Amino acid sequence: MSPSDIFVIPFDDWINTLVRGWLVPNFRPFFRAVQVPITQVLNGLDAFFAFVPMLAMTLVFALLALKFAGRGMAIFTLLGFAFIDMIGLWPQTMTTLAMIVTAVLFCAVIGIPLGILAARNDMTWKVLRPTLDVMQTIPSFVYLVPIVMLFGVGMAPGIIATVIFALPPIVRLTNLGIRNVRGDLIEAAEAFGSTPLQMLIEVQLPLAMRTIMAGLNQTLMLALSMVVIAALIGAGGLGLVVNTGLGRLDVGQATAGGVGIVILAIVLDRITQGLGDQGKVATVSLRQTLISMFRPGASASAALGKAA
Amino acid sequence: MTAKLKVDKVFKIFGERPEQALALLAEGHNKETIFQETGQTIGAQDVSFEVEEGQIFVVMGLSGSGKSTLVRMLNGLIRPSSGSIVIDGDDVASCSASKLRDIRRNKIAMVFQHFALFPHRTIVENAAYGLKVKGMGAVERRQKAMQALDQVGLAAWADSLPASLSGGMQQRVGLARGLATEPQVLLMDEPFGALDPLIRREMQDELLVLQKRLKKTIVFITHDLNEALLLGDKIAIMKDGMIVQVGTAQEIVAHPADDYVAAFVADIDRGRVFTAETVSSEPQVMQLNSDTAGDAVKTMEDQNLNAVYVMDGENIAGVVTYQTAATADRESGSADVHLSDVMLTEFPSTNADTQLADLYGAASGGLPIAITDSDNKLVGVVEPEAVFAQLSGPAPVSDSAETEIELAAVR
Repeated sequence: MSPSDIFVIPFDDWINTLVRGWLVPNFRPFFRAVQVPITQVLNGLDAFFAFVPMLAMTLVFALLALKFAGRGMAIFTLLGFAFIDMIGLWPQTMTTLAMIVTAVLFCAVIGIPLGILAARNDMTWKVLRPTLDVMQTIPSFVYLVPIVMLFGVGMAPGIIATVIFALPPIVRLTNLGIRNVRGDLIEAAEAFGSTPLQMLIEVQLPLAMRTIMAGLNQTLMLALSMVVIAALIGAGGLGLVVNTGLGRLDVGQATAGGVGIVILAIVLDRITQGLGDQGKVATVSLRQTLISMFRPGASASAALGKAA
Repeated sequence: MTAKLKVDKVFKIFGERPEQALALLAEGHNKETIFQETGQTIGAQDVSFEVEEGQIFVVMGLSGSGKSTLVRMLNGLIRPSSGSIVIDGDDVASCSASKLRDIRRNKIAMVFQHFALFPHRTIVENAAYGLKVKGMGAVERRQKAMQALDQVGLAAWADSLPASLSGGMQQRVGLARGLATEPQVLLMDEPFGALDPLIRREMQDELLVLQKRLKKTIVFITHDLNEALLLGDKIAIMKDGMIVQVGTAQEIVAHPADDYVAAFVADIDRGRVFTAETVSSEPQVMQLNSDTAGDAVKTMEDQNLNAVYVMDGENIAGVVTYQTAATADRESGSADVHLSDVMLTEFPSTNADTQLADLYGAASGGLPIAITDSDNKLVGVVEPEAVFAQLSGPAPVSDSAETEIELAAVR
């Protein structure tokens, strides 16, 4: 005897009716419209990255790596990018780079304000947290289908899928970083007559910046991990190379694509981590934020050391 | 003098239903009972006091007495459950958020216990924060901030970050930040509590020097009674959210309102509370040109004194002890001994408002200390025994009133 003997819920039918019967026909124009800014940004970046000569691009990245991640990383960047070019995957890498940057840009534009709102308002956070939990735990394949139904196939839907998948870290860490700014500093800002906006810009954001950058870094990594999956619904770049290789059982091609993704990931990861470490001031580092969660007495901004 | 800040019947209840707790309070229940019945905490109960312009008003109490809650109600960081807090005509307790912001920007500033300096801004940017929030231009606010830093002696550190400064220096920046907006009332929440004792002493003295010059109206929170006695023109003692006694340092030490206050003041340094004036007595003097040693001996025997001062007209010539005068008089036989032969020309002297603690050295000589006024005229003497008497126990009000009248007559 079990509940299913009494009552069967046709959940799948309901979802089908909801999405196919109501959402898609009624909101298709809206969903098409949402793609426009994404496509614009993507195409702009894609054209730009394709236009810049390989050597110039490599040099720029190597310099960024040198400034933010050290000499070893700069050398790795030079060698890695040279390797990518020599295995003939430079254009695809630039496409992937454009996709990633677009996705992270939209994640930041949506995610940081959401994080700020959540930090100010407990109710917002109460609603947002389970939503983020769902977004992070649902396998990305599961929401590929509705995305195709609503947005079609191509680069833009691929980026939308990436944004949904990669959004949670930036929201969470923005929320956490802002909440963990020292209470007495907030009090001081308030005592001198700051408006909430002034407090945000002058005190909270600067001091939470390290944690927010850590969030951005994590979002970037998740976006990179979606590259292959996004290719399933029509996104191009290195993900497509891997997928094509897998489809044809061409181990060489799949591996080449994979290596390209890994090199790109390492370079971008180290550079963005280095960005977060910048500054000689004790902002709220990710490490201290985490420690303060487990040890209530520890001040969230006590450390002047590196971020996690 | 006008009251700059008037606090009237302020209550603060921390909890979901403050009206319930207020009602219970009105019925006469105490803090613990109300907490048990409603789960709400009484932060402040029926707090009323006035602070006059240019006064340092010290609010004192142990942890949990409600003093931090009170100071935060004065600038609206915590909103009172009922009552009014009027600063220069504006009621902080019941004004709108934008009015409150206005008051915070222009009328009232705060200095915090743990400095609360923004670590990502330089010293001068920190000092200028209140001005920036008001919308002042960059050049003007840097200028004003530098002025404030100058007042606390930190102008040279303007472009450093707080992390490179010591605790005492950081607190001075906090003070500069509070002064930069030229507020009418300055709130100081245990500002020297996080500093080591030597620096604390320095800062207290510096505050007094600044206050002499600026004459700000200051509400100063502390749990250190000695600090309260040193700084406070008026002191309010708080316990469990209520004000137990308000008065000057001397009033509180001399007449504690209840056992709690008495226990509080039992350990204070009475030498820092009372001045030479409170233990002085009317001087019995001899005249240099007309009196002899024999006259001096007689006077001292009659008045039961160990020594008398010798005047040359209006000015002090010296002091003669009983022993010296008596010995000289006896040995000379029938001849008169001139006072100038037996008197000491080196004698201890002080001002009427010198604290007893600063008289120990002078009193240890055994001679009465001469109290002189600004014209160097003798207005009273302090017998060494009187110093000890005052140090050991509360002085009745009537004695000092008597002495006041005598001193007035002498002047």
